Amino acid sequence: MAIRDRLSGNEAVAVAMKQVNPDVVAAFPITPSTEIPQYFSSFVADGKVDTEFVPVESEHSAMSACIGAQAAGARTMTATSANGLALMWEMLYIAASCKLPIALSVVNRALSGPINIHNDHSDSMGARDSGWVQLYGETNQEAYDNLIQAVKIGEHPDVLLPVMNCYDGFITSHAVENIELIEDEKVKAFVGDYKPEHYLNDKENPIAVGPLDLQNHYFEHKRQQAESMMKAKKVILEVAEEFEKLTGRKYGLFEEYKMEDAEVAIVVINSTAGTAKYVVDQLREKGVKAGLIKIRVYRPFPVDEITAALSKCKAIAVMDKADSFNAAGGPLFTDITSALYGRVDGIKVINYIYGLGGRDVRTDDIAFVYDALLEIVKTGEIKSVYNYLGVRE
Amino acid sequence: MSKERKKVINPEITWKDTTPGGMILDAGNAEDFKTGDWRSMKPIWLKDKCKQCLLCYPVCPDTSILIDEDGKRTEFDYDHCKGCGVCVEVCPFDAIDFVEED
Repeated sequence: MAIRDRLSGNEAVAVAMKQVNPDVVAAFPITPSTEIPQYFSSFVADGKVDTEFVPVESEHSAMSACIGAQAAGARTMTATSANGLALMWEMLYIAASCKLPIALSVVNRALSGPINIHNDHSDSMGARDSGWVQLYGETNQEAYDNLIQAVKIGEHPDVLLPVMNCYDGFITSHAVENIELIEDEKVKAFVGDYKPEHYLNDKENPIAVGPLDLQNHYFEHKRQQAESMMKAKKVILEVAEEFEKLTGRKYGLFEEYKMEDAEVAIVVINSTAGTAKYVVDQLREKGVKAGLIKIRVYRPFPVDEITAALSKCKAIAVMDKADSFNAAGGPLFTDITSALYGRVDGIKVINYIYGLGGRDVRTDDIAFVYDALLEIVKTGEIKSVYNYLGVRE
Repeated sequence: MSKERKKVINPEITWKDTTPGGMILDAGNAEDFKTGDWRSMKPIWLKDKCKQCLLCYPVCPDTSILIDEDGKRTEFDYDHCKGCGVCVEVCPFDAIDFVEED
């Protein structure tokens, strides 16, 4: 029987880490992810895990230690937020290029500056092209479930890529919600033992990791990385299927909410989906054909699947909780419009940058977006493609 | 190539065949690559001045001073020598000349 509990998102993730019992955790505290290494180090001190906990002096060192440990043959995890992720930047790319399936929980927080500790997605969105698989979760349950699946996805021989488990700082990380935990032994059986084919501690088969890779070979290794990302999509779905058999909880590349006949839809990431679903329900009661798509897998980006899901809509608003400062649109917007281009024609797509630095997003804000979409459907005209929601004009 | 390789990495290898992330599975596979081609200065062994003290041998970062079966140094391995000149500095007998590469 599953274990019913009430936990914050960070507690839930720390519990998932305890159940996986990784060989190494190297971490440095930063709000709002601090509780993860805090809870986890108490599990270490209490002898509840066998993990070697490395309390490093910076996030650059945290990711470096994770890379060294994972290359040595250890299953490795860490957690960070915002500027901590930024300080890992150099090493994120190296973890991915070395094909090391490290699991990193990113508790989304606005990237300075101006300095701010609250939630938006500017941290992990900046790392979207670092070669990591990126999973996003709306609730504490999803953050817990995604981390357990992240281990299995990353370590799959067709993937061998590091995985980020992203969820909203404070909103998801600190709010206490009901949760259904899986029994320890079932989590252990689900992830299995980490058995890399090649690892530095294999004394019978000495290897070198991360050598100089110049004009003659670098390109081949980047192509190899790209292939792993392409194959990850299938593996993510297979792991989700196995997870559903274990827990009854269904995961896909994204969640479709009332999309079957939707004429207007918004595409959103993480906790705002909860607020938006409430608005969708209200609109549906009034007879408005409103729907919602919540992205779970952002890297690899599910181009074909998302196009199919949106293909029958008349107007779509893509919601970005991070700006791109490209004078054209947020990161999710440019990915969605690129996906639609040449695959589906005639859908009106607009973009809203919202909630930066933890600016509250209320149901009224989301209702405003659906109203704008309905107006576009009515008039056939888009007044402005690239918009800001909730900023003082 | 003197040893059997688990994976032969050559300039023709494709992304499908190469090792994950450029991992090297064979210790000492530098033998398969000529890494001395960017040398700008070249050490010249002056055999007549050499006393076979072998002080040069352990300081070479590229194992490019070759030793024969009798334990005596022989010619430089110019396929791997990068011309750092450490051997030139360490030689007490001025038995290594240091000249510009042609």
